[in-house]
Amino acid sequence: MSTTSHVAEASVSAPAVSIQRLTKRFGDFVAVRDVSLQVARGEIFGFLGPNGAGKSTTIRILCGLLEPTEGSATVAGFDVARQPEQVKQSIGYMSQKFSLYDDLTVAENIDFFSGIYGVARHLRAERKSLALELSGLTERQEALTRNLPGGFKQRLALACAILHEPPVLFLDEPTSGVDPIARRDFWELIYQLSAKGHTIFVSTHYMDEAEYCNRIALMYRGAVIALDSPTALKRHLGGSSLLHLDTPDLLKAMETLSGVDDIEDVSVFGGGLHLRVKDSQAGVAVTRRLLDAAGIPIHRLEPVEASMEDVFVSLIEAEERK
Amino acid sequence: MTAFLRRTRAIARKEFLHILRDPLSLAMALAIPFFMLLLFGYALSLDVDHVPTVIVDSNRTPQSRDFISHLQGSRYFDVIDIVESYAPAEQAIQRGKALVVIAIPSDFSRQIQLGNSVDIQVLLDGSDSNTANIAFGYAEGVVGAYNATVRAVFANRRGAGDVAPAVDVTTRVWYNPDLKSKNFIVPGLIAVILQVIASLLTSLTIAREWELGNMELLLSTPVRPRELILGKMSAFVVIGLADASFAVLVGRFFFGVPLRGSLLDLGISVLSFLFGALCWGLLISAIARNQLLAYQMGLLTSFLPSFLLSGFLYAIGNMPVPIQAISYIVPSRYFIAILKGVFLKDIGYSIMWPQLVFLFLYAALVFLVATRRLNQKLA
Repeated sequence: MSTTSHVAEASVSAPAVSIQRLTKRFGDFVAVRDVSLQVARGEIFGFLGPNGAGKSTTIRILCGLLEPTEGSATVAGFDVARQPEQVKQSIGYMSQKFSLYDDLTVAENIDFFSGIYGVARHLRAERKSLALELSGLTERQEALTRNLPGGFKQRLALACAILHEPPVLFLDEPTSGVDPIARRDFWELIYQLSAKGHTIFVSTHYMDEAEYCNRIALMYRGAVIALDSPTALKRHLGGSSLLHLDTPDLLKAMETLSGVDDIEDVSVFGGGLHLRVKDSQAGVAVTRRLLDAAGIPIHRLEPVEASMEDVFVSLIEAEERK
Repeated sequence: MTAFLRRTRAIARKEFLHILRDPLSLAMALAIPFFMLLLFGYALSLDVDHVPTVIVDSNRTPQSRDFISHLQGSRYFDVIDIVESYAPAEQAIQRGKALVVIAIPSDFSRQIQLGNSVDIQVLLDGSDSNTANIAFGYAEGVVGAYNATVRAVFANRRGAGDVAPAVDVTTRVWYNPDLKSKNFIVPGLIAVILQVIASLLTSLTIAREWELGNMELLLSTPVRPRELILGKMSAFVVIGLADASFAVLVGRFFFGVPLRGSLLDLGISVLSFLFGALCWGLLISAIARNQLLAYQMGLLTSFLPSFLLSGFLYAIGNMPVPIQAISYIVPSRYFIAILKGVFLKDIGYSIMWPQLVFLFLYAALVFLVATRRLNQKLA
């Protein structure tokens, strides 16, 4: 596997992906609004956001499937609008919709993608066994793809997308509809590819997956509203602390605690509430006082570590208040 | 160039596997030609002979029986009954047992003896006007022939010896001397079969890629539209050639249609027609992006024109002028002209080149349009 360490790119110095003021409109609807960002080579870059936030549209533009309305983008140093053929040679794309051929066997799918990516004949056997190994399907290469469990299909799709060793890999919600264990295995695969020098641009709406990325961009209503490493984003929660409250009367507690000075934000989290406060001790005291006065019982009230989900909820709420 | 071949071959191989793994489309590719040949080759005969006929003989003399034996001797009439009154004859027509009633008047032999002319009544079932028309022509022919014999007999009796008719028309039909309709139906049928198979099978393939989301993936790869189209086409050319060979063999050996031209001429014209028909199916598929819609468009634009506007069954010269104008853009029109020519007349390239050129131009045009259509972005 010595050939896998050096992945060819147009220019050594260029970032893997560079987007400048990209906008995409469909009629009156603005799907992507003035997005600018850069992805360094070898990075695992996460694209997060609710469904319909514009993640897929952005990825499709980067893959040359859609024309940008305004702005520009380069992938592996090639301009997506002016050099689509070079871009297509440099990328692997895997979309949320499972896109292998169900009626072909594992080996036939690999051979097909080898062919359309133009993999040279003398490299095919090696790349094929590598793909089989990556997808864990060496023993089942004669199986029809339709009979594979979902997790294996996903791994095979990824293995097929990298047969030509593209410098940049676009994964559009690759793990949607896959069980948690298969999702974790899939992410291990992503790490392996990243270690080999592939840049990985991955979108997801699973908040826990955001933690696996080097950097993440949060998209909301077509715009990037935050862009940083997961740790930095959590810190960015602004020095505030988070309290977890369990109470049998969720709604009444929410009403009571909303709009109180010391409590910046109240949101439902799991079966309880998350309260964002400036200082955890003062926050606990205020909360106890208010809930006792209102006669609302407290089962549990304690400071907790902020999760990615808290970060996004607070960022999106801040965005909506604007 | 090598990358082009590599990618085209990958597409072709994959398309083959799809066909092999999809029993339904494979069955369609083989069953449609089989049933069409069977149906049209057998059931659709435009020849009118052995018309079921009932004779009303009100005369019942040796003279009338002599006339009846003339009718019975003709292969055009199949005398199923000889009755003496109209009632049973009428019933036979109503029940659909007979198409023609020929009535001999009661004074038939007497008038002939006197040397007068006699009216023979022919009743026809007009609900099948085409057959009725032709049967009427046959009846006139038989009566005319009978007239001639009777006149000759009379002249003989008067001692004038053998009298030759003043003018004798001798008809000689070239290329299809027996005027068998299957001799032109079967070659035309090859065009209809190829058009339907080519358009229907290919119309589904790109639409299916769209439906399953594979098209999006393909567009993100270095595959170019022309490679996609040529690759898919090469898989279907094999099916088309298999169907064409099957139809030619059945036509030649089962229906006994003469094949006077060379197999090479046949092969070249089949290929040039297939190229255009396959491109047409792929174009439809690229436009529809939906299998059901593509299928309906495929059926509508392939079967109907190649059946009705190509000169397959209905002579283009008999159509209203605007319809004739439309028929000029129906590729099967040209292909059928070539097929009939190669089968029955062994026409060479000096005669069929305009048709071949049209087929090539048509194919190239549709190929270009289909490629451009696929080149467009998603939205």
